[in-house]
Amino acid sequence: MEKRVTFNERLLPYLLVAPQIVITLVFFFWPSGQAIWQSMLTEDAFGGNTKFVWFDNFAHLFGDPNYYASARLTLVFSALVASIGLAVSLLLAVMADRVIRGASVYKMILVWPYAVAPAVVGVLFGFLFNPSVGVIAWMLAAIGIEFNYVINGNQALILVLFAAVWNQISYNFLFFLAGLQSIPKSLIEAAAIDGAGPGKRFWDIAFPLLSPTGFFLLVINIIYAFFGTFGIIGSLTQGGPGQATNILIWKVYNDGFRGQDLGGSSAQSVILMIVVIGLTFVQFRFIERRVHY
Amino acid sequence: MVENRPWVTFLSHFVLIIGLIVIAFPVWMTFVASTHDQETMLRSPVPIWPGPYLLENYWTVLTEGYRNRPGTVPLYITLTNSMIMALGVAIGKIFISIIAAFAIVYFRFPFRMAFFWAIFVTLMLPVEVRIVPTYGVVAGLGMLDSYSGLIVPLIASATATFLFRQFFLSVPDELTEAARVDGASPMRFFWDILLPMSRTSIAALFVIQFIYGWNQYLWPLLITTKESFYTVVMAVSRQANVVDSVPSWNLLMAMAMLAMLPPVLVVVFMQRQFVRGLVEVEK
Repeated sequence: MEKRVTFNERLLPYLLVAPQIVITLVFFFWPSGQAIWQSMLTEDAFGGNTKFVWFDNFAHLFGDPNYYASARLTLVFSALVASIGLAVSLLLAVMADRVIRGASVYKMILVWPYAVAPAVVGVLFGFLFNPSVGVIAWMLAAIGIEFNYVINGNQALILVLFAAVWNQISYNFLFFLAGLQSIPKSLIEAAAIDGAGPGKRFWDIAFPLLSPTGFFLLVINIIYAFFGTFGIIGSLTQGGPGQATNILIWKVYNDGFRGQDLGGSSAQSVILMIVVIGLTFVQFRFIERRVHY
Repeated sequence: MVENRPWVTFLSHFVLIIGLIVIAFPVWMTFVASTHDQETMLRSPVPIWPGPYLLENYWTVLTEGYRNRPGTVPLYITLTNSMIMALGVAIGKIFISIIAAFAIVYFRFPFRMAFFWAIFVTLMLPVEVRIVPTYGVVAGLGMLDSYSGLIVPLIASATATFLFRQFFLSVPDELTEAARVDGASPMRFFWDILLPMSRTSIAALFVIQFIYGWNQYLWPLLITTKESFYTVVMAVSRQANVVDSVPSWNLLMAMAMLAMLPPVLVVVFMQRQFVRGLVEVEK
């Protein structure tokens, strides 16, 4: 789409785009290029000699069982965050769409978690589940479950998962609610007159009409689980215990800044970039399709 | 409501109330913990109703930070830094993207589409993906431990430019024609017509970007080494990670409350703009 009526100026438009272009070049293109370049370098242990090694860093990664473990963990983790998060928020949205009384109160409280930083969410959940003072850990102990996320890897992962879903619910909820409210009332009424109950109306009308929203949210949730959960892990488990919550983005940070393995970390960055670009393409193809609906 | 089915309505409220409890409980427990003294919080089970130390705890964290620890920062400093960073990111993003969108929509010039695509591809990469090299660039420019280092690298983003571009394309051409006939310069048209019309988009974008800037964690963690530049979110997280023989849960939770208060207030009081911003920015 283009404007018919435009202004004729030579210099002005360049001045107007300049700030954004300069910032994009300096903080986006230049570092992305560097990441690709660094991913093909190695440094010796003393940081002295830098050597160009082509794809050795990648070959090394693909031969590293730790990397596979982290990749597998990330896939499982993001699948769980996305599926549980979507299911719970869809349920809440369907219920909130039904009620009349108190609807605005429900909505106001359900949108909160979006505003809480993932790193702060991690602190909150760390307190609730703290093995010595946490009230939920205490309740679990009362019914015979020993919960200690500091030493138990599976429990640490469950806790991070729970915190991530909590953090992401409001986002999904708002989109599902908007989707439900855009379904024409006449469709619902016609089905009701034909004798379809609430359950049948949901599965046969609302659910198919919501599927574009659901697909959009699926991609957003996967991206959130891949990158947005960094703060939760940073505050809660730091990738541990052992490697139990060491998802790919934490590994990039950990290898690059703590392990000082710049080549390996950059190679991991490049792989993650490819993943994000792939997901973005999927997203765009889907948005285009929906426009032609 | 299509028909009246009391038990379905009851079930709806029941599910929603459980949802509310799950959402509100962590925040409630954090608030409760921030109103007790240290001894109460170390005794199990911890209280579930507020205690009498609210003002004392908040005053302590604001003026001294997490007490008894060397290197802790009073929260009034980190809160100020977070406010500067959040406002800087929100206003900076809106400023650079509204003028870029204006140029791309209202002018014809060589390389226009090249610029457009250059901005477009930044949509794809969150800062987390390219942390190591971006850190290197910022360090090379001498921007570590500075507000510009905290803010400027984060304002390169395509979403706001796209939002404004979409909006400008929907503005009727007659307005532009009228402005040109009256001899208005492009910048006058921008100030007097386009900017006032964009008010609601700007407000929506502001809410979303303020929260985005306030909640940054990784970026401030990397580029600040001086305590005077810590932001509140990273300060709380750092404190939570310190292994502590006698932790002051009351103070830590008061810090967490203060770290989440501003963005939550923004969401609650600007809910309409927030929802609008969320739906428009992300699409």
